[in-house]
Amino acid sequence: MKLNKEGVVALVAVFLGLAAGAILMSLTGNNPFQGYFYLVRGGLMNAERIGNTLATATPLILTGLSVAFAFKTGLFNIGAAGQMLIGGLAATAVGLSLDLPKIILLPLVLLAAILGGAIWGFLPGFLKARYNVHEVVASIMMNWIAYWTVYYVVPQYFKGAYLETESRKISEAASLKVEWLTDLFDGSYINLGFFLAILAVVVVAFLLNRTTIGYELKAVGFNRFASEYAGIGANRSIVLSMMIAGALAGLGGATFYVGYASIIQIGVLPSQGFDGVAVSLLGVNSPWGVFGAAIFLGLLHSGKGFMNAMTKIPPEIADTIIATIIYFSAMAVFIEGFWEWIDRKKRVRANTTEVNQDEEIIGGVR
Amino acid sequence: MEYIVEMSNVRKEFPGIVANDDITLQLKQGEIHALLGENGAGKSTLMSILFGLYQPDQGTIKIRGEEVNIANPNIANELGIGMVHQHFKLVHNFTVTENIILGMEPKRGFTVQLKTASARVRELSEKYGLNVEPDAKIEDISVGMQQRVEILKMLYRNAEVLIFDEPTSVLTPQEIQELMKIMRNLIAEGKSIILITHKLKEIKAIADRCTVIRRGKVIGTVDVGSTTEARMAEMMVGREVTFKVAKELRKPGPVILKVCDLTVQNNRKVLGLKKFSLEVRSGEIVGVAGVDGNGQAELVEAISGLRKAESGQVHLKEKDITQMSVGDRIRSGMAFIPEDRHKHGLILDYSVEENLVLKLYKQEPYSKKGLLNKESIHQHAEEVIAEFDIRAGQGVSSSTRSLSGGNQQKAIVGREIDLNPELLIAVQPTRGLDVGAIEYIHKRLVEQRDKGKAVLLISLELDEILNLSDRIAVINSGELVGTVDAAATNENEIGLMMAGVKRGEKIEA
Repeated sequence: MKLNKEGVVALVAVFLGLAAGAILMSLTGNNPFQGYFYLVRGGLMNAERIGNTLATATPLILTGLSVAFAFKTGLFNIGAAGQMLIGGLAATAVGLSLDLPKIILLPLVLLAAILGGAIWGFLPGFLKARYNVHEVVASIMMNWIAYWTVYYVVPQYFKGAYLETESRKISEAASLKVEWLTDLFDGSYINLGFFLAILAVVVVAFLLNRTTIGYELKAVGFNRFASEYAGIGANRSIVLSMMIAGALAGLGGATFYVGYASIIQIGVLPSQGFDGVAVSLLGVNSPWGVFGAAIFLGLLHSGKGFMNAMTKIPPEIADTIIATIIYFSAMAVFIEGFWEWIDRKKRVRANTTEVNQDEEIIGGVR
Repeated sequence: MEYIVEMSNVRKEFPGIVANDDITLQLKQGEIHALLGENGAGKSTLMSILFGLYQPDQGTIKIRGEEVNIANPNIANELGIGMVHQHFKLVHNFTVTENIILGMEPKRGFTVQLKTASARVRELSEKYGLNVEPDAKIEDISVGMQQRVEILKMLYRNAEVLIFDEPTSVLTPQEIQELMKIMRNLIAEGKSIILITHKLKEIKAIADRCTVIRRGKVIGTVDVGSTTEARMAEMMVGREVTFKVAKELRKPGPVILKVCDLTVQNNRKVLGLKKFSLEVRSGEIVGVAGVDGNGQAELVEAISGLRKAESGQVHLKEKDITQMSVGDRIRSGMAFIPEDRHKHGLILDYSVEENLVLKLYKQEPYSKKGLLNKESIHQHAEEVIAEFDIRAGQGVSSSTRSLSGGNQQKAIVGREIDLNPELLIAVQPTRGLDVGAIEYIHKRLVEQRDKGKAVLLISLELDEILNLSDRIAVINSGELVGTVDAAATNENEIGLMMAGVKRGEKIEA
């Protein structure tokens, strides 16, 4: 992946976020170098922890892709959390209802998750295309519909053995966890979902860059009017784009609820859905950028416990760093502006001292 | 010599370009001074500096002999400098008076003294012959009167130096005459005027002196009375310019586009086009003349399929296309150069090669079974940019946003002509371009006609319509006023028709 201007801005955002975290650590009377050392070590110290980092990153890759895909096509999918949740519910429901061998059941579970997410994306897309309802409003509402659907469905139909607030445990046949992978990483949470996420990155990159559908979706995202003038159906593209975004988040739900975990809880909107926005921003909406950003955030999430155990730094610092990085990447415009400002200063100074030389250069360009 | 405004050695740079390079402009008390230059020459930048919107990197500004620092438009106002912007800045559901006093309302306690203000507006209006009704709402008055409200706004603020930015682009020829009269009145009352324009005829008609700038540099300041239009054009462009487009006589062929009693709603859900009928034959250019906003947009959008027809039909080569989608119309042989190249013509974030297949990407060899063939897309773009002389920094993979306006427009023209259409619709195809690009695009349009294609040209530039068209249809308030032979008409007649006066009718003086 070539590093363009946006990539540089993302790296600057990461750096500024880490610097802000270091200041916070110092202010709370801790050594930031030590803090970061244990944070990274906590995520990468051994096979198990590496596995956990990747497992934490898995749903983030998929929700990040979901948000990035929608962004590429000019839409803001804030509904990844709901799509992920409903995907998880669909996966859990199929996993708990059918008794089939793994080779048949697991694909059905995944299909259910993808469909669930796609439906949750379709509705805001349809409302936007047909009635011009803003997708942010519609998809936030869809988040709550997903939340309360789970609240009702899980205790009613899939009540756990001991607790009202969570579902029964899914069978091994319905899980993305496989023994060889768990063993390979010394009993970590890593599961097949990670490979699905990589596959999704490849598929999304291919779809966006090499197909006519991707060409149309991006065209509509960049300039809806010019696309319509060229005969591209903008409304169809909006619906399709939201469905694909929903399907990706739905698959992310499967990797979380029937991969990382084996139950689904009620009363929780998965934070990965919202972190997807951050991953997408930091990954500058490119599929492989999203992949890298998700791994980075996964590392911070999975390393913070260890940092807290080894030092007196509260784990909230890691969340603060993540939040700060997101702020800085959202302020990409500010960072770019800052650079331009420096650039201008330099030019003005060069101007006043070497006017003649400058004139010659400009004349030469002409 | 006492100058009221004196800008000396002004330099202003933006990243990558020098917009103003050592510019000196001197405005005498009581003169109309034209600022002439092509689009992008630096006129607007220079005036924005005078109006306090930009700070110069170098140079000084003197007002009435005193050096000043104009840090923002408020200071410009205090110094007596006012500007009539090309796009009016008016609140549509406010009255004329409310608009004029906006920002400096005369108050007593918490109440606005509207009556006092209204009386002052009326007095100013009478003094300068502006003929503006102070209590009318902006949305109810004509564009010409809205412009006079903008002028009043400056006078109300006691402006002594008035800057007019392309003031005639929204007016009919008759309204232009009216505006010139007003400008003379202003001068008679001791005001001074800077007139930004690229229309030589207007300069010749009204200005005293003219400063020509090209690519950010002053080429010279001339006395208008003793300088020919051709000479000023040459100074502006840097070479000799031919105004006429070479066009052979041609016999038009069969009807390609037939519009029948077409009625269309505009964005405000009222009829923007009423029972409009028009024919364009193969081998002819039909121009549609009219003042902006009289139904041209509704007409082209209905023909191209972007807007639904309420009633009436559109036929393309005897096929009824009234209900067809945009894509199907394109595939039936319609090409379209839209007015707003950034909003409607191009996807600026796409590369040049991607833009050049915007209407072809679904066809072989550019894609097969839904997969893009980047090789042939690239090849196609190379051919088009070579044929249409599109210049881009990094060739076909340049971002379209980085191209100059002229090259962006050439890219659209190239893409559309490359479709080899039966009907080519061109809306304001040369808006905002420099003379070289205008000449080129005109040549290409005439070439299409000579190849036996039908061309529908919609333009607000009357000269363009008169120069290119074989027949001219005039539109006013969404209705066809009449169709005339281009060879047998003149600017005056078209101008009257644009104002809604049917042919043969007499105007009551």
